[in-house]
Amino acid sequence: MLETRELACERGGRRLFSALNIALDAGGLLRVRGANGSGKTTLMRCLAGLTRPDAGAVRWRGSDIGSLGDAYRRDLLFLGHSPAVKDDLTVLENLEFSCRLSGAEIAVEQIRHALEQLGIAKLADLPAGYLSQGQRRRTALARLALPRPARLWLLDEPLAALDDEAIGRVSSLCAAHLAAGGSLVLTSHQEIAVAAPGAQSIELGS
Amino acid sequence: MNSTLFHYASPQIFFPVAGKLIPWFSVLAGLLAIAGLYVAFFVAPTDATQGEAYRIIFIHVPAAWMSMFIYVVMAGWAAAGLALNTRLSGMMASALAPTGAMFTFIALWSGALWGKPTWGTYWVWDARLTSELVLLFLYFGFIALKGAIPDPVRADRAGAVLALLGVVNVPIIYYSVQWWNTLHQGASVSLTRSPSMAATMLLGMLLMALAAWMYSIATTLTRLRNIILERERDAEWVRLQRTAA
Amino acid sequence: MHGFGIILQRDLRIALRRKGDVLNVLVFFVVVASLFPLGVGPEPNQLRAMAAGVVWIAALLAAVLSLPRLFAADYADGTLEQMLVAPQSLLMVVLAKSAAHWLLTGLPLALVAPLIGLQYDLPIETLGVLLASLLIGTPVLSLLGAACAALTLGVRGGGALLGLLVLPLYVPALVFGAGAVGATLIGINPSAHLSLLGAFLAVSSLVGPWAACAALRVALD
Repeated sequence: MLETRELACERGGRRLFSALNIALDAGGLLRVRGANGSGKTTLMRCLAGLTRPDAGAVRWRGSDIGSLGDAYRRDLLFLGHSPAVKDDLTVLENLEFSCRLSGAEIAVEQIRHALEQLGIAKLADLPAGYLSQGQRRRTALARLALPRPARLWLLDEPLAALDDEAIGRVSSLCAAHLAAGGSLVLTSHQEIAVAAPGAQSIELGS
Repeated sequence: MNSTLFHYASPQIFFPVAGKLIPWFSVLAGLLAIAGLYVAFFVAPTDATQGEAYRIIFIHVPAAWMSMFIYVVMAGWAAAGLALNTRLSGMMASALAPTGAMFTFIALWSGALWGKPTWGTYWVWDARLTSELVLLFLYFGFIALKGAIPDPVRADRAGAVLALLGVVNVPIIYYSVQWWNTLHQGASVSLTRSPSMAATMLLGMLLMALAAWMYSIATTLTRLRNIILERERDAEWVRLQRTAA
Repeated sequence: MHGFGIILQRDLRIALRRKGDVLNVLVFFVVVASLFPLGVGPEPNQLRAMAAGVVWIAALLAAVLSLPRLFAADYADGTLEQMLVAPQSLLMVVLAKSAAHWLLTGLPLALVAPLIGLQYDLPIETLGVLLASLLIGTPVLSLLGAACAALTLGVRGGGALLGLLVLPLYVPALVFGAGAVGATLIGINPSAHLSLLGAFLAVSSLVGPWAACAALRVALD
């Protein structure tokens, strides 16, 4: 489903990775490991189509993601470093916007249910500016609990600033996604307890 | 043909080529300048209305031509860099900008020096000078933007978008300034209304313009070599260069 | 068009919760326009002659002041990135944000301008032309401004650099817009000026958004 051919990227004059070949099938999990600054985020952004790689190609279902354009992005759910939450909007409004942006019309009850799964249902009508770091991250992660057609999840440090209980909830959401045939690429310093047969792992900066 | 072009698009390959070209263009620039200045000061006749002071036109007009020409060339290299993703194109645009800005500055200065003896004032808001002033701001903007972005690849791409935005707007700006000038001035003060062109005057201006062009190429290539050395300083061949020298 | 509506609605909703930002720009506009008489003296004929230019320049400066807000907040909190990763046309995103910017900056400026015109003792007929020129001209500020705001995203020295980049590009709008009012003052029909301004708006609406999209992709690379 997702593959890269000879992917290479350099930043600030440093070669971060080169000749990187990845092949990820439906239901597959890929962990990207590496020290800080080893290029994990750059790789995730290349996969998401945000960063143009210096060499090589990223393919989704056999086609180059550049030529797929919106067709690829409809299948994609990308969570970067920032929770992407607007301070002036309520938690509910933030998620509503995020849903509509991805082309889905999701009922308010379903959004509240998703918030419940992340343990922040009580905060639904609070402006996001009042939330703590962990709560904002949970708001971003609530997108994982929404019924969405995204087949590929690219999660960059999803567990940062989360407590053990929340980590558990996110892990089960990931497991459910994989079981349903979705693919997952994630970077994380913490161990995410998702048992996936044939889970792959790559180490950058070695 | 295509592969030859891409072959020379490598900074490493082009570096020595540029080095060999620079002396030729410098010599040409010098010869053309001597010829042009000779025509300007000794061959072209004295103007009936403006006397000797008009001779500054041989600097002012070629400088103005070059300032606009270089902007277009710079935008062209920038577009090539965006389309083909070649590093050398971005470096070329960076190398051209200061020379273009310099000619704009010369055009403005020479315009001021012409204005004083002819109409008693150092600055006139005529169409050409005002357009040159706006062009100077566009050059400054380009140089400032490139300087403010630390990552060279991003700086090249951002500069390229700005240069293309500018090149589309320059004709519109020029036209609007012309419009503005004809509406407000009506007076006879105009640097664009040059004395009637005797053939020798035209020859003098052309020679000076060609000299300026050769000079631009020589300086740009020199600056380009410096930019290449700076940007590729981690490359093996640059390190060899430094140890060999 | 769907994406356009979503983003426009979101930006307007956020702005309504931060009314201060919009009001600041208007107050700045009025303050700058009021400074000129203090600088050049209160002689009515002189002020009347300067009025069109002063109002237009004050509007330009106020617009430049508000430009960083176009993308900077979304860039900082990561929502801009999400817009690029969403199955939405980036062009629609840019147009929606430019439209929101105009509704919150350009339109209020245009509506307040006739009041400034009265301060400068402009005759009533010219006030209509002043309003019209700004209604056509302020969208240009949003469209070209978006491109320059995108170019300077996250760059040091943002505000002043943004001004340096965008003000030269605004020259045609200033010439045609202020020129329209000036023409009306001396009895000439301003339709030529206004048509040229309209043509410039048409060109800007093609060139500005294209450049903004390219610049956003570069900034988020």
